[in-house]
Amino acid sequence: MVKRYESVMENLIDIRGVRHAYKTASGPLPVLDGLDISVPEGGFTAVVGPSGCGKSTLTKLIAGLLFPDDGDVFLQGKKVTSPRATVGMAFQNPVMLEWRTVLKNVMLPLEIVPTQLSRTEQEDRARYLLALVGLEGFEDKRPSELSGGMRQRASLCRALVHQPDVLILDEPFGALDAFTREDLWQIMHQVKEKEPFTGVLITHDLRESIYLADQVVVLSGRPARTQFVLDVKTDNRDIEMLYTPQTADMLSTLRKQIEIAQGRSPAAGDAT
Amino acid sequence: MTLRQIVVPTAAMIVFLILWEALVWVMGWPNYKMASPSDLVPAYDRYWALFLIYGWQTLWRTVVGLLLAVVVGTAIGMVMGFSRTMRDALYPLLVGFNAIPKATVVPIVALMFVGAHDFNTILIAFMISFFPIAVSVSIGLSTLEPEYRDILKSLGASQTTIFWKIALPKTLPEFFGALKVSVTLAFIGTNLMEIVSPHGRGLGHLFDSGKTNSDYPLMFAVLIALGFLGIVLYYVVVALEKIFAGWAERSTD
Ligand SMILES: Nc1ncnc2c1ncn2[C@@H]1O[C@H](COP(=O)(O)OP(=O)(O)OP(=O)(O)O)[C@@H](O)[C@H]1O
Ligand SMILES: [Mg+2]
Repeated sequence: MVKRYESVMENLIDIRGVRHAYKTASGPLPVLDGLDISVPEGGFTAVVGPSGCGKSTLTKLIAGLLFPDDGDVFLQGKKVTSPRATVGMAFQNPVMLEWRTVLKNVMLPLEIVPTQLSRTEQEDRARYLLALVGLEGFEDKRPSELSGGMRQRASLCRALVHQPDVLILDEPFGALDAFTREDLWQIMHQVKEKEPFTGVLITHDLRESIYLADQVVVLSGRPARTQFVLDVKTDNRDIEMLYTPQTADMLSTLRKQIEIAQGRSPAAGDAT
Repeated sequence: MTLRQIVVPTAAMIVFLILWEALVWVMGWPNYKMASPSDLVPAYDRYWALFLIYGWQTLWRTVVGLLLAVVVGTAIGMVMGFSRTMRDALYPLLVGFNAIPKATVVPIVALMFVGAHDFNTILIAFMISFFPIAVSVSIGLSTLEPEYRDILKSLGASQTTIFWKIALPKTLPEFFGALKVSVTLAFIGTNLMEIVSPHGRGLGHLFDSGKTNSDYPLMFAVLIALGFLGIVLYYVVVALEKIFAGWAERSTD
């Protein structure tokens, strides 16, 4: 039996007993099976789990691009029945519109979402974000002239440009080298301080999840359930925090949970 | 446009004319077998006014037929691109229609709308040229990656907005590829009507009167004029493509 929650006010994002299956040529493919995630207002939740377990599917459910077969997704206290302008999303595949310049790509959401910004303010905002992620000087280039990592950064700007209340990032730093990645982690903290959002971050990088998020959710292998939730109890947002014994403990806990999720650990039966 | 882009094609054309002249001269062909470029000069000199009048008639009817093909072809392509059912339903019909040789349709059309020469000619130009446009637009729209759509959909954009901001620009390169084929086809359609069902208009008529008067250089002169108009129309499309879909061209340096 699945419990129904009519209104959930305490959390900005509330995912309750969500199941989802894709219809494929060879019958339904169950991807999510009993997922529970709660993110309080201003919270930042990282989601980790084996490849193909359903993380990108989860982001589409929150964004209102897909709907669960069972269970509910609540956003700002309301059931998600369609996409919303208050959501910013950086997709795993950072596609750009090749016929627009990088700047015009970043400004795209402002053409859809109602905004009070004037035309020049919109442009200034896009330029500011591009400079923030180190893409100054690429504003007038075509996306085909960018590298994979540069495209990811531009796509991050596009997700942020309309100051969304909810930010969904699907492996946003996957194509970046370790140094650029650490720079962007710090930039994410700066942005969050200036323009508070509630975030969901999909990642494969456990250090990234601990450094950026205040809660890490480990999903089981497909079909995915919520297998484990780790609260990151630290206010230390210095990059040095990654080298404390506390962090080392959290990392090893997460690593063990991932092994269970992958079915590689004898404790696999534990979580059921 | 660099100097090279003008000099090279012009030189190629001059070489072609010289070879043509030489071939006729070496083989010793009389002009009723094969006219040479030097025979054409007097033909143009004598009939230049007719070339202008008839050339214009051929040109405007081709362009109107092509515009009709663009509008109707795009509409059919959109219907097929957005609906699987419509695609399955219309595809065999379109293929069959396209396979019918238009030379057989000309007399039918001429009988159906007796005397409406301009209309008939435009109709044939349209019928022969809309198919590539319909197919390319439908393929362009139906193969649009869902990732592109999701960018706008996730912000709550309407289907219409998604069409104007994503689907349409993304399909433009395919559209222009098809238009380059269609422009030549429309031209063939116009001339087909003018020659098969003569009604005293267009370069096709001039060709026909050259034939009845055994004025062979005139016939060849018409062919060359047709080729010239074809080149002009084609490069107009290329110029439009550069303006509206230039982004699809990868820089090679
Ligand atoms: N549109 C779709 N139609 C059918 N099956 C799909 C579709 N999208 C995803 N899947 C399947 O659903 C499963 C989960 O996909 P999803 O993209 O959510 O995984 P993921 O956790 O994001 O993986 P990764 O970490 O590799 O990005 C995969 O097995 C995939 O094959
Ligand atoms: Mg994914």
